[in-house]
Amino acid sequence: MTTSIFSERKDQVHRKGEQPFQMACDRESLAGAVSQRACVFCGSRVVLYPIADALHLVHGPIGCASYTWDIRGALSSGPALHRLSFSTDLQEKDVIFGGEAKLYQALVELIDRYEPKAAFVYSTCIVGIIGDDLEAVCKRVAEEKGIPVIPVQSEGFKGNKRAGYNAACRAMFRLIGTGDISNISPLSLNILGDFNLAGEIWIIRNYFERMGLETVANITGDGRVDDIRRAHGAALNVVQCSGSTMDLAKMMKEEYGIPFIRVSYFGVEDMAESLYSVARVFEDKDPEIMNRTRALVKEELQELYPQLAKYRESLTGKKAAIYVGGAFKAFSLVKAFRLLGMQVVLVGSQTGTEEDYRELYEITDEGTIIVDDSNPLELSAFLQEKDVDIFVGGVKERPIAYKLGVGFCDHNHERKEALEGFIGMLNFAREVYSTVMSPVWRFVPRRELKKSRRAATESKFEPGIAACSSQA
Amino acid sequence: MLLRHTPKEIKQRKALTINPAKTCQPIGAMYAALGIHSCLPHSHGSQGCCAYHRSTLTRHYKEPVMAATSSFTEGASVFGGQANLVQAIDNIFTIYEPEVIAVHTTCLSETIGDDIPQIARKAEAEGKIPRGKYVIHVNTPSYVGTHVTGFSGMTKAMVDYFSKSNGKKLDQFNIIPGYVEPSDMEEIKRIAEVMGVRTVMFPDTSRVLNRPQTGKYDMFPKGGATVQALMSTGDSLATIALGRMASGAAARALDTKCKVPCEILDLPIGFKATDRFVDTLRKTAGINVPDSLSEERGQLMDIVTDMHQYFYGTKVALAGDPDQLISLTEFLVSIDMWPIHIVTGTVSKDFATRIREITKGVPHQVNVSTPGDMFLLHQWIKNDPVDLLIGNTYMKYIARDEDIPLVRFGFPILDRIGHSYFPTLGYRGGMRLLEKILDATLDRKDRDSPEESFELVM
Repeated sequence: MTTSIFSERKDQVHRKGEQPFQMACDRESLAGAVSQRACVFCGSRVVLYPIADALHLVHGPIGCASYTWDIRGALSSGPALHRLSFSTDLQEKDVIFGGEAKLYQALVELIDRYEPKAAFVYSTCIVGIIGDDLEAVCKRVAEEKGIPVIPVQSEGFKGNKRAGYNAACRAMFRLIGTGDISNISPLSLNILGDFNLAGEIWIIRNYFERMGLETVANITGDGRVDDIRRAHGAALNVVQCSGSTMDLAKMMKEEYGIPFIRVSYFGVEDMAESLYSVARVFEDKDPEIMNRTRALVKEELQELYPQLAKYRESLTGKKAAIYVGGAFKAFSLVKAFRLLGMQVVLVGSQTGTEEDYRELYEITDEGTIIVDDSNPLELSAFLQEKDVDIFVGGVKERPIAYKLGVGFCDHNHERKEALEGFIGMLNFAREVYSTVMSPVWRFVPRRELKKSRRAATESKFEPGIAACSSQA
Repeated sequence: MLLRHTPKEIKQRKALTINPAKTCQPIGAMYAALGIHSCLPHSHGSQGCCAYHRSTLTRHYKEPVMAATSSFTEGASVFGGQANLVQAIDNIFTIYEPEVIAVHTTCLSETIGDDIPQIARKAEAEGKIPRGKYVIHVNTPSYVGTHVTGFSGMTKAMVDYFSKSNGKKLDQFNIIPGYVEPSDMEEIKRIAEVMGVRTVMFPDTSRVLNRPQTGKYDMFPKGGATVQALMSTGDSLATIALGRMASGAAARALDTKCKVPCEILDLPIGFKATDRFVDTLRKTAGINVPDSLSEERGQLMDIVTDMHQYFYGTKVALAGDPDQLISLTEFLVSIDMWPIHIVTGTVSKDFATRIREITKGVPHQVNVSTPGDMFLLHQWIKNDPVDLLIGNTYMKYIARDEDIPLVRFGFPILDRIGHSYFPTLGYRGGMRLLEKILDATLDRKDRDSPEESFELVM
């Protein structure tokens, strides 16, 4: 079959083994492509919205607020102000005469009603064009109401999601350094780049607690404004999800001298290594921390491995395709699939950097397709070409997989099971198993076609073999 | 309490929408465009808009939703999006090969003032539009109207760009189905077919957004109104438009452009509105209503009579789009239920008047708001509780907090299936709606009845 790739996109697709590694990325999407990417606003919104006791006001026409109303299951253990949708709902006359008055009024009304700890005001495309002075309005309201009111410069057209992450980081950076840090333990850290989907940050916090570490601020899953204000008091920033909060870690390093390390909580290897690397940072201050960490990992693995075995047995040899937002997650997924005995034949992301793709190149097998900023036509062609058993992606990828008769796992914001931590690996294995081994695929045309082809070639005197293989 | 932040006291809000009962124009335009066969909707704006619309439509229909974007950058926002759109048109026809590109604008491209027809002409002059292929457009600034307006606009664009009259009438009728589910469009076509009426339906998303598992990924599924069919609408005998807001503009445009007379009706939800639709079809086409359809009506009436004591006085709160709400309210009132809080996010001139008229016999105060939001609806419910909610998935917050059963109806439904396969329009759709309403209310009755009055037979 032929795989349709825009000729301009040829250098954004790499097949390992065919030529020396070279990959173009961090490039604007081609106009006219059915890109899976989103905008700056989207990036800012997903990073900041889990801060549950802040007010999140979208300054723009209604769509931007509607489409981001509680779509990402970022759980809160307390307040849930972030689950409401607030919008200035700009109308034509606001676009003509400016939306500043409306924004001021909306902010005042909301702050009076909810008494939030802080307010984030998201700028949208239109606000960038009509030139509302968000900074001035926010400053005025902050003075009048006595809470931080922070503009988020997230005009949609100013780049892709990655630029939105940066805007979110700059917004949060304004909060940091404003809280009291006097009673923070020297054995302390901030968790960056975890959004508490399906309660994941609670798993991670629990590990750190068992290691004897204090978590100062969740950035941003189950996040609280007051915690973020004192985040500069932590001894270490632990950064997951390379794109979203790395900029904040860098800013905090520069301003407050707080070191950071990159971690991943997905998969056994990366999870354990993440805990060890955090422990190493604190070894000077607490010589026992490494022992405690080893004990923790041992305990978790003893519990996990026997349970993984049965999934691994069934899944060995199955093929997986990965297309996710940030490439960092893809590294862990490649390893996690390997642990399950599976082979990754396609891996790609919306916003990976060259460095990311080089790392993917290093850790994947020969023949693996590596792709940046893909589109449905390409993806579906690759899935068919590689005859995959499972596709890992987000909301827009799911129905494509299903239509083709391929299993699917949402590793994006629609995941319903915690996939982080050791327990997350088990959940992941169960989810992969439940879709890859589902009997439903036996009845869909793709498998039936395959079955009939096989039946024609295999000996009719060995029906048992044909029947077995048709279940694959 | 997810919405614990919703206070009971209602204060006037001037600058603020909380928990909207609407979304923006472009998604409606995108949905309508998917109802043209072999059409790729195109969002002329930032990438995010297109991604959001595709994600929302995907969550609702559980189908791949294809659309391209001009991928605006800072440069395009300063110098205009002409270069992006011309390049997009070229790329789309080269790689994806649709018959039609249906462009809708966004607040961004509207505000910088891009002139789509001019850009399309430029693309054509440069040979970027292959012979026999089309670029159509609608202006959908997000700061005007709502998703319903966008749907209406794109539907009208189909008339503006395609409808032609060569003076020779064809033995067919146009049906503009409104902003309804693919299953509803299918049902309307079925009713017309049962009556022996030849129809052209546009837009028609059936078998585009409710298609079968085929083992293949078709970028352009077999459903949708073909260009040829759209062109022929100018020679149809008449147009029947369902839903004034969503379909009225296209029907009137067709009348003006090609002198095809039109009847603009309410969406056929419930027996009264369906009767009007069937009767109009009967009169316009000069045919008799076949027995099989009368029997369907009879079955619906049978359910109504069998269960009527359970309807009486059931207080209902509704949120949704004007066309749906008018017919739904009429249906509920006709079976003795009391719709008492009704909210739409869409501004509709005669909406409140129509609702007042329909509910004037309801012996209870009726609150109507156009435009209103779900926050206001929730506040009304706190002040004057109801027994049932009918609306989209976002109503589930209210349902949970106030412990009120919810029947999912409208757009979007992000957490249940069925709506794209089973209609709520027509007599059969009415039966399904009643089944859902009765299931929800009677399940609640079973759950809440004390043991001594828990009944086996209901």
